Amino acid sequence: MTEKHQNEKGNKMNRRDLLKGFATLPVIGAFAYGVLRKRRQDHIRSHRLARELNMNTESLEYKRYAHDGDAIRLGIIGYGSRGTYLMQAAGFVPPETIKEWKDSFRWNPRDTRYADFLQQDDLNLVVNGVCDLFDVNAEKALSAAANVGREGPDGTMGKKARRYKNYQELLAADDIDAVIISTPDHWHARIAIDSARAGKHIYVEKGLARKVEEVFAIRDAVKNSRVVFQLGHQGRQTESYIKAKEAVEKNLLGKINLVEVCTNRNDPNGAWIYDIHPDGNRRTIDWEQFEKPCEKKHPFSQERFFRWRCWWDYGTGLSGDLLTHEYDAINQILGMGIPESVVASGGVYFFKQPEHYVNEVREVPDIWNATLEYPNLDFSMLYSASLANNRDRGKVIMGHDASMELGNNLIIYACEESTRYRDKIESGLIKPEIPIYTYIPGRKNVDGVATPTEQYFANRGLLYTFRGNRRIDTTHLHIAEWIQAIREGKQPSCNIDQAFEEGITAAMATIAYRESRKVYWDRERERVV
Amino acid sequence: MKYKSYSSWQFWSLVILRVAIGWHFLYEGISKLMNPDWSSLGYLMDSEGWLEGLFFSMGSNPSLLNVLDFLNIWGLILIGAGLILGLFTRMAAIAGMVLLTFYYLSHPPLIGATYMIPSEGNYLWVNKNLIELLTLWVILLFPTWKAVGIDRFIFKKIKI
Repeated sequence: MTEKHQNEKGNKMNRRDLLKGFATLPVIGAFAYGVLRKRRQDHIRSHRLARELNMNTESLEYKRYAHDGDAIRLGIIGYGSRGTYLMQAAGFVPPETIKEWKDSFRWNPRDTRYADFLQQDDLNLVVNGVCDLFDVNAEKALSAAANVGREGPDGTMGKKARRYKNYQELLAADDIDAVIISTPDHWHARIAIDSARAGKHIYVEKGLARKVEEVFAIRDAVKNSRVVFQLGHQGRQTESYIKAKEAVEKNLLGKINLVEVCTNRNDPNGAWIYDIHPDGNRRTIDWEQFEKPCEKKHPFSQERFFRWRCWWDYGTGLSGDLLTHEYDAINQILGMGIPESVVASGGVYFFKQPEHYVNEVREVPDIWNATLEYPNLDFSMLYSASLANNRDRGKVIMGHDASMELGNNLIIYACEESTRYRDKIESGLIKPEIPIYTYIPGRKNVDGVATPTEQYFANRGLLYTFRGNRRIDTTHLHIAEWIQAIREGKQPSCNIDQAFEEGITAAMATIAYRESRKVYWDRERERVV
Repeated sequence: MKYKSYSSWQFWSLVILRVAIGWHFLYEGISKLMNPDWSSLGYLMDSEGWLEGLFFSMGSNPSLLNVLDFLNIWGLILIGAGLILGLFTRMAAIAGMVLLTFYYLSHPPLIGATYMIPSEGNYLWVNKNLIELLTLWVILLFPTWKAVGIDRFIFKKIKI
């Protein structure tokens, strides 16, 4: 066909003109039909599923606390790497760190640490006292405490906090209401107990304690006081765990029979082989005080001071450090409490080469696993950890009807042989390879039709970072919850009862490994045997 | 503008190509519009190549991101509708090429590039964004809309 005589008769519109002009209009009709059909099909599927599962399809809203009234006056006990993070989550960062963040953002726009920090709510806190046995850390803590303007070295500085040489003096100060304890684990029990006796509210890092007796003593001290106690499992604030609890309560999984949790890391830092600070020496470190709770004293060792997690004298390795995180995540979802028995095994299999230590090879295992039995609830929980491979194995809760995969996201797949979903699987409403329920924090819709791309991004924390539901650091939320509980005289989410269960379970696992035996919990008499 | 006459097959194949590209743009726009959670953030932050810094800074500014999302969604819809209907087609084709240039530059299939977004095919330097971009160039050079499309009434005076 030629088009040359198209408009031969001038500009007058004729039938041929109209036909040609609007020739493609029906395509829009077909398009609209297709879109509506597809939309309807997705809608029906997700609604029928939602009705079937009876899950709340709202995502969680960000809860902003009022933080009004008088400022709460904090004391910081322990300002190592975790202490630094906790103070940051509470709103206090040294000006030099802020300068570093700002400089880093200049050449790496992906590094949004400073912007994220500024977005944190002001919790209305002041830091009046700090205590650290290493002078360099103590000085840093003081500069963080004074940095009320949240700016670099040229910003506004507030009142200087006081440095205490030991925690007892800090607890005796009357300008401190609450303490954040992030010392090595061998100090937790003493400081927490004395804090409770001194009437100071307590935020203590996990693992709660190293030994069974310490766990009991902390519980007694806290229960006999009026302080608000929070154990530092920030996973309590993870949105997907809160949704997971709802899914379990609505019996989406059926009878739960196996829980698998893991730790996967593969670098010296993840294996607690931290840098030894060049300024750490006998003059800058109060070694005698550091070793005070130890039964057997050791000569001064920078390696032991900076890498304390590698020795039984100060920590419990994978048990108290990382099993506890996984345990607490599952305990908040299933509320299963202390296991009836624990066995554990493993060893120092990787980090024992000359490049991995200075004077002493570590004692705590780098490859380790533990089995927690719950015959009263008819399920087992397996924990396995490698500090020499970081393949992401996730957390899985397996029930007769479905499995739940937990990370930042929550994904539930029906089990092909499920009894509950059999009809739906046969009718095609439920496909075992497609999730029946997906929860991606920050995504407004909760349903079974998140796209693979969305899941991809969400797993890497790249989804909807700054929109609607803000992505917020869970440690900040955990501290904010504790502060609010102090203001309102309420119980926070990881209170002393939860902490007690965590502490006993971890201590049982430590004993099981160190004594190579099966360790039992006598529920009636509250005794480890 | 002068060019030779084409056979009916030649002419209509160009129209169909134009409509198909329009359909693709339109559905990309509509599906983003209908997904309340859609944002270009993930795509921007997944960028690599010569301009990744530019795309990261677009993604890390929340208010700019909102504007970009809006422009992207409505850009795709209007370009798509324009190509299908033959309405302001020239402008639509050029705008489409601009958008595709951005997509290409944000995720160029370079030798060392690795993207989080799963790819459904194998690409080296040339990918489907680039091909769609080049196809729009062809569409632009063969103004079928002057015969089939609403532009026929708008730009009546131009003889073809």
